[in-house]
Amino acid sequence: MLEIRNLHARVDGKDILRGLTLSVNAGEVHALMGPNGSGKSTLAYLIAGRAGYERTDGEILYQGRDLLAMNVEERAREGVFLGFQYPVEIPGVSALTFLKSSVNAVRKHRGLAEYDAMEFLKVVREKAKQLDMPDGLLQRPVNVGFSGGEKKRHEIFQMALLEPTLALLDETDSGLDIDALRVVASGINRLRDPSRAILVITHYQRLLDYVVPDRIHVMAQGRLVKSGDKTLAAELEKTGYAGLGAAA
Amino acid sequence: MAAKVETLETVDSVTGDYKYGFVTDIESEMAPRGLGEDTVRFISEKKREPGWLLEWRLRAYRAWTKMSAPEWANVHYPPIDYQDIYYYAAPKKKGGPKSLDEVDPELLRTYERLGIPIREREALAGIAVDAVFDSVSVATTFRGKLAEMGVIFSSMSEAVHEQPELVRKYLGSVVPYSDNFDATLNSAVFSDGTFVYVPPGVRCPMELSTYFRINAAKTGQFERTLIIADAGSYVSYLEGCTAPMRDENQLHAAVVELVALDDAEIKYSTVQNWYPGDKNGKGGIYNFVTKRGACRGRNSKISWTQVETGSAITWKYPSCILQGDNSVGEFYSVAVTNNRQQADTGTKMIHIGRNTRSRIISKGISTGHGQNTYRGLVRVLAGAEGAHNYTQCDSLLIGDKCGAHTVPYIEVKNPTARVEHEATTSKISDDQLFYCRQRGLNAEDSVTLIVNGFCRQVLQQLPMEFAVEAQKLLGVSLEGSVG
Ligand SMILES: Nc1ncnc2c1ncn2[C@@H]1O[C@H](COP(=O)(O)OP(=O)(O)O)[C@@H](O)[C@H]1O
Ligand SMILES: [Mg+2]
Repeated sequence: MLEIRNLHARVDGKDILRGLTLSVNAGEVHALMGPNGSGKSTLAYLIAGRAGYERTDGEILYQGRDLLAMNVEERAREGVFLGFQYPVEIPGVSALTFLKSSVNAVRKHRGLAEYDAMEFLKVVREKAKQLDMPDGLLQRPVNVGFSGGEKKRHEIFQMALLEPTLALLDETDSGLDIDALRVVASGINRLRDPSRAILVITHYQRLLDYVVPDRIHVMAQGRLVKSGDKTLAAELEKTGYAGLGAAA
Repeated sequence: MAAKVETLETVDSVTGDYKYGFVTDIESEMAPRGLGEDTVRFISEKKREPGWLLEWRLRAYRAWTKMSAPEWANVHYPPIDYQDIYYYAAPKKKGGPKSLDEVDPELLRTYERLGIPIREREALAGIAVDAVFDSVSVATTFRGKLAEMGVIFSSMSEAVHEQPELVRKYLGSVVPYSDNFDATLNSAVFSDGTFVYVPPGVRCPMELSTYFRINAAKTGQFERTLIIADAGSYVSYLEGCTAPMRDENQLHAAVVELVALDDAEIKYSTVQNWYPGDKNGKGGIYNFVTKRGACRGRNSKISWTQVETGSAITWKYPSCILQGDNSVGEFYSVAVTNNRQQADTGTKMIHIGRNTRSRIISKGISTGHGQNTYRGLVRVLAGAEGAHNYTQCDSLLIGDKCGAHTVPYIEVKNPTARVEHEATTSKISDDQLFYCRQRGLNAEDSVTLIVNGFCRQVLQQLPMEFAVEAQKLLGVSLEGSVG
């Protein structure tokens, strides 16, 4: 699904990723961990196509295709979803309107009929019930005045509606209380599917108690320094990143 | 004199972004080119007007010859040659059409292409339409149904004959013939427009609507609209406008007068989509319009909502004179300038009566090389005890070659008045764009969505069908604003 080979990248003239190699297969959930500043978000932005993030060497293949040759919205429509670490406010645009535009853009790309307002409302209601999303949130302008937890739940909700093929979740767990964390985790677990790859970026083990990953990778200074199965989380718990030679 | 206007080839291939840019091939009857007393007499005679109206026009004309065009607005254009304009162009016809069956089918097709329902059976439920083509009204729908309730909805030309007392009493009572350069010109040569009278206590059961269309080349459009809401009545009125694409600029100098008596309310909405000119600023409409409402009665209310996306230059300040105690004036505006468009628009709220309130929400969007100025006056006179104004002016810039300017004038003569003014200027952030695009929207749709959100407070004032239309229009007018 996702094949990253020897990736080097820079931001604002500064080399951040230095030879990162990682592959995630369909049906798998991987966790990407590592100290602050190790380059986790940079990797996520590069995969999603944010301007200013420049690949200097290596490649990213998505479903066997050169991902970096596609523009941002093509990647999104082809099923790449990024749950933002800092979701962005769009004043005056209700979350519902935003979601409808988004879902319809993706459906259109996939050759499916666009939802009209009524159909969409039905789909949203159903999903909102499944994911325990308060109805009122979707009437409000996108992320405006949302609490930290609401923002993250909103990201998960968007992911559930868009049904991506590759989901990147950048610290979707940070700043959540335990109840919100459970909701977010169950949202992620619901999406686990043989046809889907999920990369969860986090620097706490906490989330991984609820979303048990197939693989865990530890990143430091722009490359992976260790990979292992779910037991790596417990090991990290004991030794910390420093014990892995992965200090920032 | 008959002039045959040229026809551009096929609509779609020539119009590009502006889908209303086609020309209707129809024979027009025109006044000789240029302006003099004889032009004024020609127009008045064409309409078989009473002597008082001709006199009024002539007074305006004479006043106009001593005036010069205003120079204070932040708009720039070469001097207009007023002798190179046709002041009257009417689709040629034998007598006037008494019913739609007599309207030239070519005209009906034009309105169909514009998406305007002037055949009643096809009409959107609840909207009555007056269609003004160049200088004259060609069709007014639902008149019979409205007449049953005493609502008069007709062309101005007809009203002059059918409602002479009302017209004589109110015409020029809000915007006097000597008001300003463009309004005075309009007073001299206005050719048609819409007249509405809502009798006491009547809530007009449908939206009234006029569609203005400039078709003939080198023709100015000078319509005059007069709406009177008698005591305790309510009316909502919508106005839309389009014009063909032409390389030369065309002048549109309209006057709108509103009068609200005791407890009456008028809601006036405009979606202005005149041809804006091409990317380099060639052609387009000069939209120099005077709109003013008088809240004459106690507890009366006038609310202006405008979405201005078209025209090469827009110069208009829909205003409220808050005369009656407790009267309310509102102004909700969206103005978009793209490419080389210029807009200098805003409002005047004149507080005269006690406890008068006004609210101004202005949203200016500039992109390309567009220049957008909000210019607004809030004046509280000495007698306006307890007056209150709230003004919010927000500017949104897309790209770095455009400009936004805010010019508020505040004059307060009563110490009990409260005047609040808030202004912001912002840009669409890269983060917002990235977020939208990551969700599958392309860059243009993302900008449209963000701009629609920015304008929400104004768009939600529009009647439903118009709001949808206006949202689409915003999208179209922003085309090319992101790379
Ligand atoms: N826009 C930027 N300009 C310059 N440096 C940046 C920019 N964004 C991130 N960085 C730097 O890149 C490194 C990795 O950051 P980031 O990918 O956000 O790490 P993480 O998500 O693992 O905490 C940090 O040293 C950070 O300071
Ligand atoms: Mg990060």
